[in-house]
Amino acid sequence: MKLFVSEGNPHCLKVLAAVEVTGVHCEAQYVSHEEKVVPFLSRPALPALLLPNGQHLFSSNAICRYMFEVSGVESTELCNQWLEWEATDLQPALLQALHMTVLQGKGSEVSKVIQGPLNYLVQSLSKINTPYLTGEAVSVADVVLWAALYPILLDSGVALGEHKSFKLWFDRVNGMHACQTAAQKVLQGKGHECMKSYMQRQPAPQISQCRDMQPSNSTPAEADEGERLVSEEEIEAAALTWNKGLSPQATERKHPILPQEGKRNILLTSALPYVNNVPHLGNIIGCVLSADVFSRYGRLRGWNLLFVCGTDEYGTATENKAREEGLTPQQICDKYHAVHSSIYKWFQIDFDFFGRTTTEKQTEIAQDIFWRLHKNDFLVEDTVEQLCCENCKRFLADRFVEGICPHCSYPEARGDQCDKCGRLINAVELKEPQCKVCRQTPVIRTSKHLFLDLPKLESQLEQWLDKSTSGGDWTPNAKQITRSWLRDGLKPRCITRDLHWGTPVPHPDFKEKVFYVWFDAPIGYLSITANYTDKWEKWWKNPQQVELYNFMAKDNVPFHSVVFPCSLLGAQDNYTLVNHLVATEYLNYEDTKFSKSRGVGVFGDMAKDTGIPSDVWRFYLLYVRPEGQDSAFSWADMAMKNNSELLNNLGNFINRAGMFVMKFFEGCVPVMDLQHEDKRLLALVGWELQQYIQLMDKVKIRDALKHILNISRHGNQYIQVNEPWKKIKGGDTERQRAGTVTGVSVNIACLLSVMLLPYMPTVSQTIRDQLNAPQSCINTMLQGTGTFVCALSAGHRVGTVSPLFQKLEADQIEALKKKFGGQQLEDELPQKKKTAQNAASAQPVTVPVPAAAEVTTVNGVDSEKAKQLTQAVAEQGDKVRALKAQKAEKAVITAEVAKLLDLKKQLAVAEGKSPEPAPQKSKKK
Amino acid sequence: MALRELSSLEKYLGLKKPNKYSTQGDKKIPVLQNNNGPPLVGLVTIACHLVKEAKRPELLGDSAESRAVVQQWLEFRVTRLDSYSKEDIKTILKDLNAYLQDKVYMAGNQFTLADTLIYYGIHPLIVDLAIQEKEQYVNVTRWFNHIQHYPGIRHHLPPVVVLRNRIYTSRHH
Repeated sequence: MKLFVSEGNPHCLKVLAAVEVTGVHCEAQYVSHEEKVVPFLSRPALPALLLPNGQHLFSSNAICRYMFEVSGVESTELCNQWLEWEATDLQPALLQALHMTVLQGKGSEVSKVIQGPLNYLVQSLSKINTPYLTGEAVSVADVVLWAALYPILLDSGVALGEHKSFKLWFDRVNGMHACQTAAQKVLQGKGHECMKSYMQRQPAPQISQCRDMQPSNSTPAEADEGERLVSEEEIEAAALTWNKGLSPQATERKHPILPQEGKRNILLTSALPYVNNVPHLGNIIGCVLSADVFSRYGRLRGWNLLFVCGTDEYGTATENKAREEGLTPQQICDKYHAVHSSIYKWFQIDFDFFGRTTTEKQTEIAQDIFWRLHKNDFLVEDTVEQLCCENCKRFLADRFVEGICPHCSYPEARGDQCDKCGRLINAVELKEPQCKVCRQTPVIRTSKHLFLDLPKLESQLEQWLDKSTSGGDWTPNAKQITRSWLRDGLKPRCITRDLHWGTPVPHPDFKEKVFYVWFDAPIGYLSITANYTDKWEKWWKNPQQVELYNFMAKDNVPFHSVVFPCSLLGAQDNYTLVNHLVATEYLNYEDTKFSKSRGVGVFGDMAKDTGIPSDVWRFYLLYVRPEGQDSAFSWADMAMKNNSELLNNLGNFINRAGMFVMKFFEGCVPVMDLQHEDKRLLALVGWELQQYIQLMDKVKIRDALKHILNISRHGNQYIQVNEPWKKIKGGDTERQRAGTVTGVSVNIACLLSVMLLPYMPTVSQTIRDQLNAPQSCINTMLQGTGTFVCALSAGHRVGTVSPLFQKLEADQIEALKKKFGGQQLEDELPQKKKTAQNAASAQPVTVPVPAAAEVTTVNGVDSEKAKQLTQAVAEQGDKVRALKAQKAEKAVITAEVAKLLDLKKQLAVAEGKSPEPAPQKSKKK
Repeated sequence: MALRELSSLEKYLGLKKPNKYSTQGDKKIPVLQNNNGPPLVGLVTIACHLVKEAKRPELLGDSAESRAVVQQWLEFRVTRLDSYSKEDIKTILKDLNAYLQDKVYMAGNQFTLADTLIYYGIHPLIVDLAIQEKEQYVNVTRWFNHIQHYPGIRHHLPPVVVLRNRIYTSRHH
């Protein structure tokens, strides 16, 4: 038995004291701090004990315990508890305290750090009435705790005097000859100085390491609700701006749009929607609509901007869909690409180009990036075991396998995930796997695949991320998701798959394979641009001139912030990488999830059948845009926002302003003689405009919308106070006042039309048409920090003014709510409805959620029977309690309890509840 | 987490009456109310107590040496595997891999409580390993796979597939 120790190492104090106290014969060898004694540990660990059987102990507590056991004293449970506490609670605090004392010279602040654990010890000692921690004799616990505390209590500022029992105990152990000998051996009478060289070799303690701080969610818009005071300077400035002329009209968009010297060149992408699904409202607000609003805004700001998107068409899901519909994958893509196009057209998404990923350019560019990664040695090869159907002669993608869930035994679990318990599954884990196509049992085969070596690119990625996230506008969720991926460490990711429908891997060793979609799909941005213009590289290999915005929902973040940038960084071809990553949270449907299979929610193709105009849809979706947190689509709320905000506030103001010009001034804008009050309004409106621009520049689309509505609120108030409809009937001064108010109002309406353009393009144009406003106003108002000029000067003739919005009636909304609340599935599939109901108790997840009012009929509640059963349950319950009180025979009680449980089950069924007992809440971790 | 481990351990030990546990502090340290004395605090302390209660002392080691080794790994479990940084993970796996090179179980040739608690504690790390990493820590993987199939041990934890087929780790889809 041989003990290895080093001088000035506080942990050695424990073991040397234990040797002295127990008198166990043991040779102690002094080595340097760096000596590697324990062969399997990568960091030197001292003290260490070489046991007679050749094994090593590297834990000082385990060594001490061993010494005591060898000397004939076994550790008690109480000892165990103290040792565990010492290792988990006391040591981390002591390490930090020692670090502060020995290396940072902050010995006086130590008490703060060790206060917590020390108090625990002090309290425990005051409760016991034995001289030592665990009894009348000194134990391993006393030695270990004394040795742990000794270095820090040694001439430290921690006052022990007030803790009498603690001081008594410490002095008692400290006074033992054995302890003093050990202290002399380790610290050489030199105190803290002696520990310096040891402490310098230890990693800094990480106790006070903070978890990510959640950024505060409050926005300037929310913070400032009350009436704003405007200064005289602002009022004067607003009046000056008012008199500025309009800018010359902007030139028409000319395709192809290419980066221009001296302009802000913005490349804007929206996540590519997957082709085989009809997008729902959540998809639409998450990417294409948000991106559309920002690109329209950007053009108004005069930026040179290209907005591209397209359908993502390769992959398993398409192959699957093709099989289902009896078409080829290409036919499926053609069919659904058209569906997507028409939906986005209806929603007025103004893409510069809406392409697709199944093109020649895609193959060309993806293969080029592949070869570059290969050349630069960022790909690794590995074999993977996969299920293979011998009958169909192909490897089965996860979704082509079904079987019994290994976790919950659900019989129809998919190869990637179980629909019942939601857990992720590895296809080969499935019990009784079946090929989804031919129902044969697949076999496990190995297949060679290529992996993108993300760990090798990690440091490069981190460097780039630091720059991009600090300089650009990344939404907090995007930063957070990215950070968490990096914190967990990157893994190599497989980029190939055994499929047919995909971009072929050009490497001869991987013929028959295609790129996996996550590698392939983001390259679609490049290839779609390449299909738009041959000069696509001016956008995509030009980070000096181009700023790239990516719009998406949060589930897509890692692919855009980690995986795709790694592909591009590894390819080393001066690619344009994302500068601004804008991710939304999720939009729920009436507080549940959109679900195609359950028929819950509104899908893109159904929106137009509601009779509600596209602009109103856009307005409401943007009003509830899940910006910063999840939000919900609600029919009632949509009706309310339409009626209160659009109809009564915005529409009312614009319509009144225009009608006054028509009715009172023969359709010509009257002369405006601005009073202080009018200028004050201009300043208020100017401030709202400024806020709008600041928020929009940061892609806070929902928050910016509130400022548009604030302006029309100011306008309504202004009209209300000045009552032009009364003043027009008064004398000259009054008539002139009516003219000024009308003129200012109709100009505000003109400003509103411009601010609304990104949100409601049709309404925006309608307003300008009604006011006959010059087209140049749209590129004037949003210049700089906002330029509210008088675009309709005295004498300007307006067109025909008519109401912009219609009321949404309660019964209309009720009907829509019913239609889309998960009921249409039942209309379409009466057969399925029945089976779903029968299975209701077994698999509640897949049952359509009925509206609350319908619960009674749907689940067939039998209230009469329920009443009887309630009575029976009560009686049986009394009987059981009585038997228990009489201490009746166990068998008798068991039988009666069984009857009671059965009655309860019947009652539950009669009440339409699930007969299973409510699942026990899992205990907190 | 610790409570589920203790209840799995009770099942493995075949203890008839499940004990009542509570937790204390931010770190949710388990506490066992003990009829015969003051409450026991700490995962290792309670686990050792349960082993004694079940009269299975061999699970704590059958000699002074092996008892010391078992205690050392139990301490390793609560100090190193209950809180770690990204860098720690690599060191932990590397060291364990070297240690297990010539061993079947944590304490050599006999299954002990150290195998159970290290298995429970290291499970979240292993779940996250890509196949390449599992290859790299082949001794850990071998030991882990062995323990997860040891009769009566796994209970509350999902099995981790050690086959060469994990294209993705379980956490990131």
